[in-house]
Amino acid sequence: MESLSPFILSLVTFIPAGGGLLILLIPRRDRDIKLFAFVISILAFVASLHLPVHLHREAGLFKYEIDRVWIASPNIHYHMGIDGISVWLVVLTTFLTPLCVLISWTSIHERVKEFFILLLILETALIGVFTSLDLFLFYFFWEATLIPMALLIGMYGHGRRVYAAVKYFLFTMIGSMFMLAAILWLYAKTGSFDFVVIQNAIRSGSVPGFETASLWLFLGFFIAFAVKVPLFPLHTWLPDAHVEAPTAGSVLLAGVLLKMGTYGLLRFDVGLFPDQARRNAPWIMVLALIGIIYGALVSLVQPNMKKLIAYSSVSHLGFVVLGIFSFTAAGLNGAVFVMLAHGVATGGLFMLAGILYERRHTYEIAEFGGLATPMPKYATFFLVTVLASVGLPLLNGFIGEFLVLSGAFQARPIYGILAATGVIWSACYLLWMYQRVFFGKVTHEVNNALPDLNLREKVALSPIAVAALVMGVAPLVWLSAIDPAVQRYALAPFTQLASKMVGQ
Amino acid sequence: MTITTTIAHLLPALLAQAQTSILPQGADYMRILPELVLSIFGMLIMVVDPLLDEDSSHNTLGTIALIGTLAGLASTFWMAQYPGTAFWNMVRVEGFSIFFHYLVVAIAAVAILSSFEYLRVQRIRAGEYYGLILFGTVGMCLMSSAIELVLIFIALEISSISTYVLAGLRRREASSSESSLKYFLLGSFATAFFLYGVALMFGATGSTNIDAISGVLRSGNVPVLAYVATALMFVGLGFKVASAPFHVWTPDVYEGAPAPVVGLMSTGPKAAAFAVLLRVMFEANAPGRFWLIWVSAALSMTLGNVGALVQDNVKRLLAYSSIAHAGYLLVAFAAQPELGTSAAMFYTAAYAAMNIGAFAVVSHFANAGEKYVTLEDYAGLGRRSPMLAATFTFFLMSLIGIPITGGFFAKFYVLSAALKSNLVGLTIILVLNSALGAYYYLRIIVMMYMREPRGEVPVTRVPAAVALAIAVCVLATLYLGVVPGPVLDYSAQSAHQLLSDTAAPRVATASTAAGP
Repeated sequence: MESLSPFILSLVTFIPAGGGLLILLIPRRDRDIKLFAFVISILAFVASLHLPVHLHREAGLFKYEIDRVWIASPNIHYHMGIDGISVWLVVLTTFLTPLCVLISWTSIHERVKEFFILLLILETALIGVFTSLDLFLFYFFWEATLIPMALLIGMYGHGRRVYAAVKYFLFTMIGSMFMLAAILWLYAKTGSFDFVVIQNAIRSGSVPGFETASLWLFLGFFIAFAVKVPLFPLHTWLPDAHVEAPTAGSVLLAGVLLKMGTYGLLRFDVGLFPDQARRNAPWIMVLALIGIIYGALVSLVQPNMKKLIAYSSVSHLGFVVLGIFSFTAAGLNGAVFVMLAHGVATGGLFMLAGILYERRHTYEIAEFGGLATPMPKYATFFLVTVLASVGLPLLNGFIGEFLVLSGAFQARPIYGILAATGVIWSACYLLWMYQRVFFGKVTHEVNNALPDLNLREKVALSPIAVAALVMGVAPLVWLSAIDPAVQRYALAPFTQLASKMVGQ
Repeated sequence: MTITTTIAHLLPALLAQAQTSILPQGADYMRILPELVLSIFGMLIMVVDPLLDEDSSHNTLGTIALIGTLAGLASTFWMAQYPGTAFWNMVRVEGFSIFFHYLVVAIAAVAILSSFEYLRVQRIRAGEYYGLILFGTVGMCLMSSAIELVLIFIALEISSISTYVLAGLRRREASSSESSLKYFLLGSFATAFFLYGVALMFGATGSTNIDAISGVLRSGNVPVLAYVATALMFVGLGFKVASAPFHVWTPDVYEGAPAPVVGLMSTGPKAAAFAVLLRVMFEANAPGRFWLIWVSAALSMTLGNVGALVQDNVKRLLAYSSIAHAGYLLVAFAAQPELGTSAAMFYTAAYAAMNIGAFAVVSHFANAGEKYVTLEDYAGLGRRSPMLAATFTFFLMSLIGIPITGGFFAKFYVLSAALKSNLVGLTIILVLNSALGAYYYLRIIVMMYMREPRGEVPVTRVPAAVALAIAVCVLATLYLGVVPGPVLDYSAQSAHQLLSDTAAPRVATASTAAGP
């Protein structure tokens, strides 16, 4: 398998888009298209499993690196590589995409071909974001996620889809322009887009004018990522986008796209500007806390199931940001783990909401009640996913949030205490929603006739339940790769800096 | 000082430069070969036109014009084998002028391809149309290779007068006549400014040759008159490239003129005018240019984008967008000469590819009498004509500046040239403006994909010529977006050549140096 190693990343990245282009050639027979898209996405998943299996965990360095010149002038490289942080995000993406294909099987009935092409291109762009080590390549994939997602929302969404799509597009676009300017500044001063080269140049202090510019550079990157996360108060596009998006769009949006923001914060903001990140950590943590509590409180009063889950994402992603900027080993490990757990659990919740929508064409919680009677299997899957999201021990949500909270306590106890209320709130809004939807008597006559899950839906949901359980029971499988990377990556520069400061 | 006295002053100087040989030699003609070839084909069209009846003339004349431009491209290749100056130091063949020759002639070829169907549908006479395009192209070519301000002026007039007439060719429409007249009056006014600038520059430096001017201006002793001359020339050229505050004609003229002509006029003459601007500003080292350009760039970007936000007519929208893009391009002119020149060259090429492609789509879709040019008409195009909508989306994405399109790298090189020259203010304005700009391009995409189609708008089959034109533009945009290296290297090289040579003004060795 060693001979595969330099190409495996490119393979994983481009299998979906290649498949998407092949779909163009298939005649417009919807069934073939769906099957083909499913096979491609499974293929990408299997290929991506190679990555964590053969990852050398101890060192926490970049693996499977490929570094070729793409454009000689300016010095743009096709430089890819992953470490313990990004490897799981790649797998998360390839894991969720086949499920998205399954869940869209019957809910998408017109312009089927375009839908699956867009979905697969989106997958490639998402994987590319996590594998790029060249700032230019990264920006390229980052922007490339924008169009397919906006089209998915705008073409296949619900009522106010156009508004949601445009809002999503503009928020992200405006944010990323600032990042582009910061990237170009770095290029102008270092003559390279290569992440590792720039990082070394900054560390060795050989970038002219860096001292005065570093705050602005940090903020340039930060705005782009904060919009994506989304961090309070830049979150307003998220509920709209989620509510209007088709189910598969919501799953990838919550499951992976938001992680682009937190991943970016960790990789680029913290990786390139360690001392600015630490200097600005206090107010960023406050924003994260506001996000946690505000998101939870807004969730509590949502009458719309999808909007509730959307706001819960604001709350959960607040944990990730809190963990990253706590700059403790526990906090950082927890942050990465929450990203994965949230991707699985919230992805699952959106799939479940979509299944219900397909049957009743509404997300209003008040339209349901007592669903446990007609749909027992559905209720079971829903319960597992809700509990995973709430953070019940032995399910995946618990591990990450626990680590983040302990990290936040170490950083500043009051932050830990405030963030811990977020966990309580999330139990409130999710369980209360569960109660209103599933327990009691069937309140609406139509709901009695709702069919339970069919085989396809069970196949789509089982991996979510299994992953939630396995990640909860054996988190070390994941953390053993995350920890060395985080230690080397985000903490090491600080200890060096700190010792330098003390030394002076 | 009138033009005759200018020329009277000039002649002895010109003759003195040409001491080595009074008569032009073979190589001199080779160095204007594309211009000659295009003129011959233009005249051929004029001769053939009366022999054909109006219905059958469209295809024949169009084909002749197309062959003319292809021959023009081939002869540019030939011309490139004879670098050096010709005709007593009036014309110079070098990387820079070769680049713009290829660009301008290719633009004309694509414009001709997208006109085949349009002329038939709009019932416009083909003879004068194609003839004027070819003659206009001659002017544009000459603009890029002329290094003598008076010749530049003449070339500018050749290209302008052709476009004035072309703008008015939809004879049945009042808006087209308005467009033509407005363009003509304002355009003549602007070229007068340019000419006045040339006269003052002659007064200030004693020459109208760019090399000689550059020599005087670099010697450190810059007369005040030269500043005024720079400003006046900038007014004239600013009008031609539609940069603010000389942009007010653009929306009206673009709205009224025939759509393929707008595609041509927003790319071809503009590219040529930018070439002249590059020569005047950088090669001649015009004094006091920085703030002039800074203000004009900032204004163009802002006014163009803000104006485009509220447009409902696609042609007007693209007119405002072209003002904004002129602004982005001008940012490169405020950067360091070499970086700025190569970034600007790349930008003109990328902008030409995407914009003329967009107009090819618009002119096909507009239908008889250009009835369907509002945003509303584009509703549901994604469903009714997927390929047309997809290509249009691609061009719009390029105009926004999304990666894998030429528009992205164009903006990217301009930004990096600006940052390397420490133009933080302009960079920020550019960044904010491109975010603003994304909105109105997106409106068209939203219309095409996310709105229900309106029944009464006919969607006709895309004929082969238009399809070919669009395909060429898509490929060019994609090429510049995926492998921008070759074009960028070429423009960097020719920028280097252009600017390093001028540091020491050369002697007139041109006519003696024969080609290989």
